[in-house]
Formats: sequence, C-alpha cells, structure tokens
Amino acid sequence: MSAEHLIIDHISIEFDSPKGKFKALDNVNLKIRRGEFVSLIGHSGCGKSTVLNIVAGLLQSTEGGVVLEGKEVNEPGPERAVVFQNHSLLPWLTAYENVELAVKQVFKGRKSRKEMREWIEHNLRLVHMEHAMYKKPSEISGGMKQRVGIARALAMEPTVLLMDEPFGALDALTRSHLQDSLMEIQRDLKNTVIMITHDVDEAVLLSDRIVMMTNGPAATIGEVLDVDLPRPRYRLELADDVHYNHLRAEVLRFLHERHSKTDVQSNSEVKQAAKTEEKKGAGADRKAA
Amino acid sequence: MMARVAQSLKNIEWIAPWMRLFKGENPKEQLNAIIRGIGVPVLAFVVFLWIWDASASRVETSLGTVPGPSQVWHQAQGLWDEHVAEREKADAFYLRQEERNAKKLAKNPDAETKWRDYHGRPTYIDQIFTSLYTVFAGFVLAVAIAVPIGILCGLSPTMYTAINPLIQIFKPVSPLAWLPIVTMVVSAVYVSDDPLFEKSFVNSAITVTLCCMWPTLVNTIVGVSGLDKDLINVSQVLRLPWFTKVRKVVLPFAVPMIFTGMRLSLGVGWMVLIAAEMLAQNPGLGKFVWDEFQNGSSNSLGRIMVAVLTIGFIGFILDRIMLSVQKAVSWDKSSVVR
Ligand SMILES: Nc1ncnc2c1ncn2[C@@H]1O[C@H](COP(=O)(O)OP(=O)(O)OP(=O)(O)O)[C@@H](O)[C@H]1O
Ligand SMILES: [Mg+2]
Repeated sequence: MSAEHLIIDHISIEFDSPKGKFKALDNVNLKIRRGEFVSLIGHSGCGKSTVLNIVAGLLQSTEGGVVLEGKEVNEPGPERAVVFQNHSLLPWLTAYENVELAVKQVFKGRKSRKEMREWIEHNLRLVHMEHAMYKKPSEISGGMKQRVGIARALAMEPTVLLMDEPFGALDALTRSHLQDSLMEIQRDLKNTVIMITHDVDEAVLLSDRIVMMTNGPAATIGEVLDVDLPRPRYRLELADDVHYNHLRAEVLRFLHERHSKTDVQSNSEVKQAAKTEEKKGAGADRKAA
Repeated sequence: MMARVAQSLKNIEWIAPWMRLFKGENPKEQLNAIIRGIGVPVLAFVVFLWIWDASASRVETSLGTVPGPSQVWHQAQGLWDEHVAEREKADAFYLRQEERNAKKLAKNPDAETKWRDYHGRPTYIDQIFTSLYTVFAGFVLAVAIAVPIGILCGLSPTMYTAINPLIQIFKPVSPLAWLPIVTMVVSAVYVSDDPLFEKSFVNSAITVTLCCMWPTLVNTIVGVSGLDKDLINVSQVLRLPWFTKVRKVVLPFAVPMIFTGMRLSLGVGWMVLIAAEMLAQNPGLGKFVWDEFQNGSSNSLGRIMVAVLTIGFIGFILDRIMLSVQKAVSWDKSSVVR
C-alpha cells in the first residue's frame, strides 16, 4: 500500500446558520501514513470535532473529500471506528453486550459464535475490563466506561481509529493510566489513529505528529509538528527530557502566542466555547509553569 | 433471576419495608415506615367513610336515601352470594349432565352423548372479568397500533408533521362520540355466521382502542425522538440496518417512555370502557351499572356504588401493576417513576 493511507483532501465545510452560511473549516489538507498516531489540537470551537466527523463520515464536507486506501469516504462505517467524547455506550447493555453489538455487526458470518465470544473478551481484556464485563454503564466509573468505548472501537478491527477527546472528562490519574494502555495497544495493533485532545502533554506523549489548528471560523491547519521521540515512551523519563520539553513548548507557543483566543472574540458563535477554553487554558498554563 | 425479581420488588415502595422487616433489618425503622406507608392512608380512608356515612343519609332520592358504607357493604355481600349461588347451580347442572351421559354410555357404549354449556345469568364477578377482558383487548390493540406508528413518527420528522395534526384532532374525542361510528362500521364490516367475538365486545374494545392509544402514541414519539445524538452516531458507525437499529437502539431507549404512555393509556382505557359498555350493551361493569339504573329497585343505588368502588379499585390495581412493570423495564434506574 502506498504511503498515502488516509488523505484528508482540501476539505471545507459550511453550516447553515440562522445568519446565513457559517464556514467552519477552510481547506484542511492532511495526509496520514498507515499506523501513524496523529493528534489534533486547537482552541475550543475551532472545528476539530468537525474534521473528525467528516473523516468518520458522520458529516459531509462541502468541498474536498476524504480518501481512505484509495476509496472515497462518504458514509460512516466500522472501518473508521469512533471513540466518542462521552463514551456513548448503550446504557441498557452490559460492557460485554455493548462490545458484542459491534462485533456481531462487523463479523457477521465471518466468525463463529465461539470466536466472537473470544474476540469480545480479548478486546475487553486489552483495556483491562475483564473484571467488569457484565456490568452496565451505570455501574462502572467514567474511566471504565471510556475503556469499554475503546474496546468497542478496537473490536471492530478498524483501519482508522478516531477518538474525540477520549480522556477529556477523566481525572489526571485515570487519564494517564488510559494513555499508557492506549500506547501499549497501539504498539501491538499499529492502528492508524486520529485523536483530538486539549491536553498538550497527552498530545506530545502519544503522537507521531501533532496537527495544530487555527481558530475558527474558517479554521485550517496552522502547523504540523513531528514528534520524533523514540518509543516506547515513559512519561516519567520524558518529564526531564530536553527534547520532549522543547516539543511541548512549541505546541504551547502555537496555542497561546500565535493563536490565542482573543482573535476569536469577534465570532459570537465561538464565545460560548471560549469560556470553557479559558478554564482549560488556565490548566495548561499551570502545567507549563 | 430470584435476585432480579427481589430487586424489582424492592422498587415498589410499599413492599420494600416489609421485605427488609423479614430480613430483620432494623425492625423499628421498618415498622415506622410501614405505619407511614399504610397507617396514614388507612386513617384517611376511615375519615372518608365517616363523612360519606354522615352525608349520605341526608339525601333523599326517588329510590330511597343514598346508601352509606354499611348498605353498600351489604350489597357487595349480596352480589357475592349471588355469584356463589350461580356457580353452584352451574356445577350442579354439569354434574347432572355428566351423570346422564355416563348412564347413557353404560347402557349403550355407542350412544351419542350431548353436551350443553350452562347459560346462566352473568353474575357481578363474571361482569368484572368481561370488563377486564374487554379493556385488555382494546389496550393491546391500541399498543400494537400506537408503538409502531410512534416509532416511525419519532424517527422521521416528516412522518411526525404528517401525523401530529391527526393526533391533536382525535385525542380529545370522547368515547361517546366514537361509539356510534364504531358500531355502524363494525356491523357493516364484521359479518360472519359464526363470529369469534360478540359484536358488542368488538364495539367496546375498539372504542377503548380509539380513546386510549393517544398517550402511548405521544409518549412513544417523545421517547424515540429524544434519542441521543451519540447513540444515533454509534448505530451509523456500526452501519446497523434499519430494523436492527430500531430493535437494539431505538426501542430500548424509548422503552421507559413507552411504558409511561402505556400506563396512562390503560388508565384512560379503563375509564372509557365503562361508558362504552353502557352504550354498547357489552356485558360488563358498564352494562351492570346501566341495568341497575334502569331497574330502579331499592337496592340499585347501593349496587351501583359497589360498582363505582370496584371500578376505582381495579383501576388502582391496574395502575400499580403498570407502575411496577414500568419500573422493571426502565434502564435509567436513577429516574424517579411514580
Ligand atoms: N451541526 C452544526 N451546525 C452549525 N454549526 C456547527 C455544527 N457543528 C459545529 N458547528 C460549528 O462549527 C465550529 C466548530 O465546531 P467543533 O465542534 O468542530 O469544534 P471543536 O474544535 O470540536 O470544539 P471543542 O474543542 O469545544 O469540542 C463551531 O463554531 C460550531 O459552532
Ligand atoms: Mg469537539
């Protein structure tokens, strides 16, 4: 297969709003290699989720398109599994049944009942959820729900794994556990991953490349940063690593100097989102200090 | 399984303290809870009986004074005794018939035996069961119509805009208005030499359906259209076929709302049934009330009051049953269902 595994080809999107057309994305262009881990980072409301949803096929771009392995993407499908920000498990099904729903759909006719069962259990084991397989989402913690969401996505054997702030709602400790699990899984499975994040450390720790987006409206890719840290990466060792800290600083500089949220204020639609960002920005500053 | 049953029983508030009491959990507190749960309503009921008793004797009607609680109780016993007597008659009838047939066969093993059903007067208890049977038939039909239409409307805004005006127009129509139409249509359409159901039964059941399908329909629409955007996205990413999506995602999501609607529907259906039976002359509680009213004996008012209380009590029981079902099927255990 060619190096061009996933191509996001000059996509733009306009939403209909009461005040006319609203151009959220303008000419976003990105080529992703097989097995690459790419993070999308940018201020709230700039259009990261929109990019991801277009790749997932949940939204249609107005101009341009997405090509996966030579085929244009125009509807959602399990080969582009999504881990949603708020887990999106079916609340009336157990963890096992949630994964089962996906496995039955994707491997219908290809795996026997026994194989399916093993595959479901295998994926739950990957995210260390084997002990709570038969619990409902309401009976497990937020981090565990997110794990099940990841297991469900992995169980679809996706070509591309799309994650929209998968750990955004979790506390720092749970988050770092899940990041470690994700790195392990990624090392073994070598999926292509696009992950949205607000967390600079997370982006640098996990990614091969960090795609930084400019502020909306008409957001586009501002800068792409290669993260050439050797793997496996260990967060404690990296904490004192000069290169790591340099990369971190690059991202922070992009977010806070060149594209600080003051540019955004003109767009009333983003104001609401900017409020949340203030909090997150403050958090990032604290870490930077 | 047992644990699950126990769990759903626990959700019924007035059983919970009893269950805890049997388990020996803090008996004093449980007794308090029971007194609060049962003692207070009982006291209120006693006060009600007293006011009824005091005021009833002051009203003089053409059929005598309005009966108080004790007369009504007396009538209730009378109705029960009639029922028992009627059953004994029926048993005796069948016994005689069997003996006769046995004798015939003893004489001549090839003899043809006759078997006749007993056709006695329907007793009050029979009428209660006829009413229950009718309301269930109407209710089941209503649910069978309302839930699929509700799902379609909830999923498709176009369907919703198409059907919503019809719902709004037909929802407030009284059973008394439906009944003549239903009667005419049924007698025109439902023609067979050996009908499976009585026409009067079909009339009442369909009238019940027409009046009680609306809450289920509206609640199903609301439930389905409230489906989480994320869950829709999940089913899209999985490329679930339409029917699987409905079965695995939409329906379970809407089930709590659907059952809320069904509970309202059953309540409406039971209320409407009595009126429908009165007019359709379907043998049930409604007809009983009507007949007693036409009868105009000195017992009539008392018997009608027995019927009123029976109707109320059965309505209450039906509602409790539906409430328990509603709680059992609700996946959102944090929501308060009452
Ligand atoms: N369906 C839609 N209709 C209209 N406007 C939309 C729609 N979806 C997104 N937008 C707008 O597009 C812009 C980008 O939204 P998007 O959700 O992609 O931001 P984001 O970068 O993911 O933000 P956050 O980090 O807060 O999740 C926002 O200004 C938003 O208001
Ligand atoms: Mg987003």
